[in-house]
Amino acid sequence: MSKELQRENRGYLNSGSSQQCGSGMNDDQELIQIQLPLAEGITKELRVGQRLLLNGVIYGARDAAHQRLIAALEKGENLPVDLRGQVIYYVGPTPPRPGRPCGAAGPTTSSRMDRYTPQLLEYGVRGLIGKGRRSPEVINAIRKYGAVYLAATGGAGALIGRCIKEMQVVAYPDLGPEAIYRITVENLPVTVAIDSRGENLYEIGPAQYRRI
Amino acid sequence: MQEITVSLIVENVARLCQEANFDLPSDVRDALQEAADLEESSQGKRILGEIYENDCIAQQERIPLCQDTGMVLVFVEIGQDVHVTGGSLTEAINAGVARGYQEGYLRKSVVADPLHRKNTGDNTPAVIYYDIVPGDQLRITVMPKGFGSENCTALGMLKPADGLDGVKRFILDAVDKAGPNPCPPVTVGIGIGGTADKALLLAKRALLRDVKSANQDPDLAALERELLEAINKLGYGPGGLGGRITALAVHIETYPTHIAGLPVAVCLNCHAARHKTWEWRGEKVE
Repeated sequence: MSKELQRENRGYLNSGSSQQCGSGMNDDQELIQIQLPLAEGITKELRVGQRLLLNGVIYGARDAAHQRLIAALEKGENLPVDLRGQVIYYVGPTPPRPGRPCGAAGPTTSSRMDRYTPQLLEYGVRGLIGKGRRSPEVINAIRKYGAVYLAATGGAGALIGRCIKEMQVVAYPDLGPEAIYRITVENLPVTVAIDSRGENLYEIGPAQYRRI
Repeated sequence: MQEITVSLIVENVARLCQEANFDLPSDVRDALQEAADLEESSQGKRILGEIYENDCIAQQERIPLCQDTGMVLVFVEIGQDVHVTGGSLTEAINAGVARGYQEGYLRKSVVADPLHRKNTGDNTPAVIYYDIVPGDQLRITVMPKGFGSENCTALGMLKPADGLDGVKRFILDAVDKAGPNPCPPVTVGIGIGGTADKALLLAKRALLRDVKSANQDPDLAALERELLEAINKLGYGPGGLGGRITALAVHIETYPTHIAGLPVAVCLNCHAARHKTWEWRGEKVE
């Protein structure tokens, strides 16, 4: 493990405002602090199952935005946002209440983006955050381009929303919740689900507990 | 006969939409806590802890449990002696959904046309089912259904010769195919019999049952237990990262069917099994 990866075991809930919640947390795994954007060298060192706390800027994009990004790439046009070296989060947040940066913002099912993902990785996207399985084509592309797929906890929208400090629409505003968002995160908790060697937690994890 | 004005319906549907999205039913919460005690995998325990925490934050801060605040299913049981005044019942329900999603800062996830896909901007229309029942009461249940789990729905038009073994295999296979995608631990609603559409509706309605409830038929109750045990051997666990607790409950509902058929439908609900009910009996509001 490189010295660039700063290890810190720190409760990511501390960034929240509420005092009463927090008793249920049960995170005894080591948490690795990651500063975004992901340096290429770091992506290749990440290993399946590791727990990360992401800090910095990620880009929120889901179904409709992916469709437009790929259409632009296929026409040889510039993308409305430079996503090379960046991390894409499959998210469609709820509207924030007044005075808050964000509402609920958990991950959506990644497999719907599978058909677009190899082209985006070829273009230069370095990391993906979502939930659920990926196709063999996506796993191959992750390996080929040295990228990483990170799992956020599905259905933990309110919890994850607290890690979002700033959020603005940067492309396709007509898509509403499906627009591309620039999202600044602090201690966003994710798990390395598919690493740059193609090791896949969605296979390894369940295999340990499968009894049929 | 009882009269109810549409404005009361709009108001209550708006309230139910918000409460359902901020506040997990207590039976689901209890089942999740129990799951945390039973889960063996550390990833699974950690995820159940996050889910518990998420529920706490959502309830306190009135932030949706999940960003997918769903397409709204509304189940209406209306007594045949109830008279709705001041407008259309269906329009009132949709107006309530629109108001609830606006006032509650909930996500508007509905597109007007499945092919052209332009957002309607207010999360309407809802999918509404009406049952006309004896009496002069009204009962409305709101179920915001996220599509992570909805996309995992399975319908099998089995042959009578496939029998009970075929049914079990179909159900297990559906949950296995869904794997991590519907946000486990899931609740599994199963409809057996009727026509294709009836089986799906039975399966969907089964998701509204209390998590701990069992079918009143002892054979079906035993089948529910057997399937739950089998599903929890698939290994997906919370979040699908590996573990014992893939499902919190299996609920089966059946209906008479045709001599030539054996329809089986499987509907899954994510761990945020959201629904809220309002019962109106004249002046008495429960």
